[in-house]
Amino acid sequence: MSVLVNRDTRVICQGFTGSQGTLHCEQAIAYGTQLVGGVTPGKGGATHLERPVFDTVRAAVEATGATASVIYVPAAFCKDSILEAMNAGIELIVCITEGIPTLDMLAVKARLDETGARLIGPNCPGVITPGECKIGIMPADIHLPGRVGVVSRSGTLTYEAVKQTTDKGYGQSTCVGIGGDPIPGSHFIDILTLFEGDPATEAIVMVGEIGGTAEEEAADYIKAHVTKPVVAYIAGVTAPAGKRMGHAGAIIAGGKGTAAEKFAALDAAGVRTVKSLAEIGDALGEVTGWG
Amino acid sequence: MNLHEYQAKELFAQHGLPVSRGIAVDTAAQAEAATRELGGDRWVCKAQVHAGGRGKAGGVRLADSVEAVRAFADQWAGQRLVTVQTDADGQPVSKIYVEACVDIAQELYLGMVIDRATQRVVVMASAEGGVEIETVAEETPEKILRATIDPALGAQPYQGREMAFALGLSSGQAREFADVFVKLSRFFHALDCSLVEINPLVVTQAGHIHCLDAKVNLDNNAFYRHPDLAALKDPSQEDEREAQAAEFGLNYVALDGNIGCMVNGAGLAMGTMDLAKLYGGNPANFLDVGGGATKEAVSQAFRIILSDANVKAVLINIFGGIVSCATIADGIIGAVAEVGVEVPVVVRFEGNNAEVGRRKLAASGLDIVAANSLADAAQKAVQAAGAGA
Repeated sequence: MSVLVNRDTRVICQGFTGSQGTLHCEQAIAYGTQLVGGVTPGKGGATHLERPVFDTVRAAVEATGATASVIYVPAAFCKDSILEAMNAGIELIVCITEGIPTLDMLAVKARLDETGARLIGPNCPGVITPGECKIGIMPADIHLPGRVGVVSRSGTLTYEAVKQTTDKGYGQSTCVGIGGDPIPGSHFIDILTLFEGDPATEAIVMVGEIGGTAEEEAADYIKAHVTKPVVAYIAGVTAPAGKRMGHAGAIIAGGKGTAAEKFAALDAAGVRTVKSLAEIGDALGEVTGWG
Repeated sequence: MNLHEYQAKELFAQHGLPVSRGIAVDTAAQAEAATRELGGDRWVCKAQVHAGGRGKAGGVRLADSVEAVRAFADQWAGQRLVTVQTDADGQPVSKIYVEACVDIAQELYLGMVIDRATQRVVVMASAEGGVEIETVAEETPEKILRATIDPALGAQPYQGREMAFALGLSSGQAREFADVFVKLSRFFHALDCSLVEINPLVVTQAGHIHCLDAKVNLDNNAFYRHPDLAALKDPSQEDEREAQAAEFGLNYVALDGNIGCMVNGAGLAMGTMDLAKLYGGNPANFLDVGGGATKEAVSQAFRIILSDANVKAVLINIFGGIVSCATIADGIIGAVAEVGVEVPVVVRFEGNNAEVGRRKLAASGLDIVAANSLADAAQKAVQAAGAGA
């Protein structure tokens, strides 16, 4: 078991024939992902990476039975692409692109909430169920099929957490990058709910960062609903207030969204927090007794 | 990106929001000409900087004579204004804004932000105008009224009227307030704002609603559809190194420590800074070289980091996902040869081509400290910075 994606997930790519789409779809196919085709308007009928290209997501879904789509189109076209995927009945939309205007995401998120389609990202590395399905830009070889669910707002921090769980031999059930934007498609709580309900996930690593209150909300949720051990790390203890730290969503605004507040909320919820990024794996060993 | 008040007010006027007539000038002579053009016998002079707290710092003055306007312009043109929101050096005064004066009966607050928790644009209003809204929010949160904008419908006049009557305005003023409310929301969405604040929004002696100040923050990610707004950028208000980094697609934020950091990924860059701090050091900067880092970008990153005289050691932490550690290694070797790096450089490579990268650095003959783990890298950098201090 796993969450969101597995060996049977049929995936299409929007922006399939572009450079990013091509690069990462090649890797996904090599990994064993059921990448069944792609969409590039105007190139319908062509073949790319030995897969069919369609003009619209609707046509791709009808022909391939895809339920998931990964988006590699430029930021200016992402709102349109996400809405197209949603309206074509795609259940899981993964948007890797960084730099989507916040008001675009606000409008998209409102529609997603009405329809129930799930969006992972934007501005994220994607989703991987090790050994089964890789949708996104994460390096494949650091992953190991296993028992830890990883959810994170940052790409490279996800890789750090993943590598530590692989080095320890625990492996990962599924890793989900929810992205560094202020309005993400999915929040920590959405993914924590999935991990809690997944028999293959025995423990959870949650990686947050400064800005917003998603970690505080996750802390409340964990306290009330999560029975599995959770290890959490928050980046940005040394970040100054009022400065955007790379990610659009990583900013301490009006004194709110500090790492200290988030650590305090998670500690109060009984989550095992680590102040050092290098100690995620060790802490996981302690709370699970896996050693 | 922030706008200056004079830029924001010009845009306000274009969107039918009630603002005073004003002219932005550079010199005392221009200021004098502006007073004549505006007419009347009282003016407000405002130093234009990207920072709040201008009033208390002497950057805003009421002038009863042309001489007083001249004197203000003489005092501030080309100078730097230090406020509670700036650093000790202050911000350069970009323009002097001379504005017609209005008589104030009441000061209110009206602000509009993207609320991350509710994922909606939220409007806030308060009868406590002219003071820091954060202070009001902290001490008397019940005095802040809120309205949520429906993403599909936009702001509705009734929402503005509800707020106006709750603020104790008369029915005529409520109509004007509701008009400002709806127009401000249209402005917010049309320009892709992330924050708009009118503090204070005033009721004039004549009983009209009027925008006395205008603070506008724009979403840089939407500039591709607003080239006119992107052109309003004032580079003089930005940190020189941050602006330079941005030109090369690097994210840089200056801090006051002595360990220069170069990392791929924003989260890992913060995590690396935190780790340096945890081991007793102090990061000199945040720097994300990004996912598509090239040799040139790495070289430029080195230059920017080393242009900070406080830097006593450089900590490079790369977890290669898309970016290859071999590419970064070439960049480091090139930069060290080209720029001449005189402080210790600690490097940790992981992920994509990490081994190749490590071999390249070892074979380069350069004095680079290789770290075998994240914690090891942070410790070695802290040690090196300490030794060099």
